Amino acid sequence: MDATAAKLIGAGIAAIALGGAGIGIGNVFGSYLAGALRNPGAAQSQYANMLIGFALCEATGLIGFVVAMIILFVF
Amino acid sequence: MKINPMEQFAAETLVPLHIAGYDVSFTKESLWMVIVVGAISLFMVSAVSRRALVPGRLQSMAELSYEFVAGMIGGVAGEEGLRFFPFVFTLFLFILFSNFLGLLPGSFTVTSQIAVTFGMAAVVIAIVLFTGFARHGIGFLKLFVPQAPAWILVLLVPIEVVSFLIRPMSLSVRLFANMLAGHTMLKVFAGFVIALGSAGGLLSTLSVAPMFMIVAVTGLELLIAFLQAYVFAVLTCIYLNEALHLHGH
Repeated sequence: MDATAAKLIGAGIAAIALGGAGIGIGNVFGSYLAGALRNPGAAQSQYANMLIGFALCEATGLIGFVVAMIILFVF
Repeated sequence: MKINPMEQFAAETLVPLHIAGYDVSFTKESLWMVIVVGAISLFMVSAVSRRALVPGRLQSMAELSYEFVAGMIGGVAGEEGLRFFPFVFTLFLFILFSNFLGLLPGSFTVTSQIAVTFGMAAVVIAIVLFTGFARHGIGFLKLFVPQAPAWILVLLVPIEVVSFLIRPMSLSVRLFANMLAGHTMLKVFAGFVIALGSAGGLLSTLSVAPMFMIVAVTGLELLIAFLQAYVFAVLTCIYLNEALHLHGH
């Protein structure tokens, strides 16, 4: 296989990481909403924790993005 | 026309400077760091110069950000954590202002460089280590030994050690990758606008669609810009809390 083709395929495969991040972020917000609707009184105090969870989740997808960028632009 | 979305991150040299074989040139990045620090100083100094009992708009913003960060440290690391308030507040404001100023068209995002974010993360971890060892002596190593039966510790201790060692990396990569990905996405959509607009005919009118997308993504980036500054500061507080209190308060 041509080296450039392999590089492009590799970068594309690295984008699969975004699928996992999508599941994770959906889970974070979904669980927060489910909990918040059952107990609206406790919702406000957990808002910050939800944002931290969101950021931690999103970072895993972005690491996939960084891998794709490294494959494309460094090698 | 081919557009390179990564071109915006090149730190061009403005004033070449070499000392003892090291390249310490004044780059576009250094310039924007100076601008960020200048903007923060201008904001804070002009906000508190009046010191009115009933705060005006600017003073309320300064007080709001102060109370926001103070509340965050107090909530996560307790009263003792407030000793680190100047450090965390500086970090928070620097990241927040560089993220926001980076969203201006034609500007440079300081935090999109791993060198900058890793520098900040390394300082955070150094302070955590220094505080931990100064406070608990060699007992700080108990951080790696959670409450668990001995046969689980064989597994847990290496995991705790690795997760501690990986902290500076995850802290810096999170901020850097968020900024890099967001700005790359904006430029990719901008590339769509140009490519569609120069296609001619009916396709040219379609270029409005990615343009509206840019507006929406810029809105999302504003949220991310604040969120990342907040997350960096909160994680710093969590690490400081562990250095101060080991496990829990």
